[in-house]
Amino acid sequence: MKSHRVLRIISKLLIPFILLFALYVQFHGDYGPGGGFQAGVIFASAFILYGLIFGLENARKVAPPAVVTRLIAAGLLIYAGTGFAGLLGGGNFLDYGVLRADPVAGQHLGIMVIEFGVGTTVAATMITIFFLFARRDR
Amino acid sequence: MIITLIDITLLTFMGATAIAILRLRSLFAVVMLSGIYSLLAASMFVALDAVDVAFTEAAVGAGISTVLMIAVLALTGERELIPVRTPLLPLAVVTLTGAALIYATFDMPAFGDPSAPANLHVAPHYLKDSFAEVGLPNVVTSVLASYRGYDTFGEVTVIFTAGVAVMLLLGGRKGDDAGIKQEPEDKAGENNAGEDDSGDGDDRGAGGGTA
Amino acid sequence: MLQSILDHYNYWIAIFLMMAGFYIVVARGNLVKKLVGLNIFQTSVFLLYITMGKVTNGTAPILDSRFQVYSNPIPHVLILTAIVVGIATTALGLALVVRIRESYGTIEEDELDLADGET
Repeated sequence: MKSHRVLRIISKLLIPFILLFALYVQFHGDYGPGGGFQAGVIFASAFILYGLIFGLENARKVAPPAVVTRLIAAGLLIYAGTGFAGLLGGGNFLDYGVLRADPVAGQHLGIMVIEFGVGTTVAATMITIFFLFARRDR
Repeated sequence: MIITLIDITLLTFMGATAIAILRLRSLFAVVMLSGIYSLLAASMFVALDAVDVAFTEAAVGAGISTVLMIAVLALTGERELIPVRTPLLPLAVVTLTGAALIYATFDMPAFGDPSAPANLHVAPHYLKDSFAEVGLPNVVTSVLASYRGYDTFGEVTVIFTAGVAVMLLLGGRKGDDAGIKQEPEDKAGENNAGEDDSGDGDDRGAGGGTA
Repeated sequence: MLQSILDHYNYWIAIFLMMAGFYIVVARGNLVKKLVGLNIFQTSVFLLYITMGKVTNGTAPILDSRFQVYSNPIPHVLILTAIVVGIATTALGLALVVRIRESYGTIEEDELDLADGET
């Protein structure tokens, strides 16, 4: 799609806003609709749009597969790590109340961190899956 | 009343889209219709107060899944063959199952009934106490990440596993399974190629066993 | 009579969609179409769950002092995660389809049976 000038310019304009919106959804999920699952998918869709318009090779330079693959595991480890942090603090697995002196503040922190882990895993998985399917095309 | 009307219209559209998907043989049209179907489902979820679910369905069903399906169509061709077998047996099975399920719906609580069993058990506790216990206005996030955090942990593990499985299946180069090894792009590609060879043997074995 | 229809209309459409998806999965031979059918089946289950969580005159379960009645948040949580898991498993199914196409040159069930030397 390298010859479609309108698509190229519009997607260049749109991609920063898609990424920004994904971050908004990620960190505003506590107050409105949204959260890690949705934010991850939206974040990945920005990279997929980039890959569709500017070619797979360029997209693989922006999001190197070696890094993205490791992020899949990193997100899950962040989630599990938060669970173990609860254990170390004297609570149960995934009990965020003990992360801070005030249980409610601890809950808030824990939810923020695990939602971040969820978002990372979902976004990285979706980007990886898209790259793998698109690479088979050749 | 107006809500009921929106409900019925959206549901009827969904039914019509499903029939169109069933009848069309151009797979490209089928994939586009399935995107439309997901968007209709998302609108339906808004009408049913499930804004978080609607958000996810719109992003996943109408977005990512359509892109993936089109990527696959580019690899596999986009015409479906005319089926040679008669559809009588599947039709009979589907009609019977459907009739049994419809019969079962008469025991279901009425739509929107606040005293339905599903709405009486833990939901009132979450709605009443979650703000004091977790401090977030969005109850869906509180339940998802805190009360049912262990469940969500499992779901994220499933996504992780599916990602790894797709990598194992498609990570190697085309033609690796024929035993002709092309020069791998990088070290990761080489490792995957080894995995692919063994995976392929399993596939054929399973294919022979099921028939 | 009309009330009884309105009380169950959502369930009936969910079951209709479920059966449409089921029919595509069992009666159609093309593997991509089977996966689309499976998606329709899946969405109908989502619809069934969300329908059960709806409370008349309720609003979305985001707490605010202006509202008293909220819909049940538990089905929302279950389905929210199920959607994302659904796309991950669909991707896995599509990856299998791509590998089958590369090994056999077709994704039609009948031709796959023939290629395996069975009728």
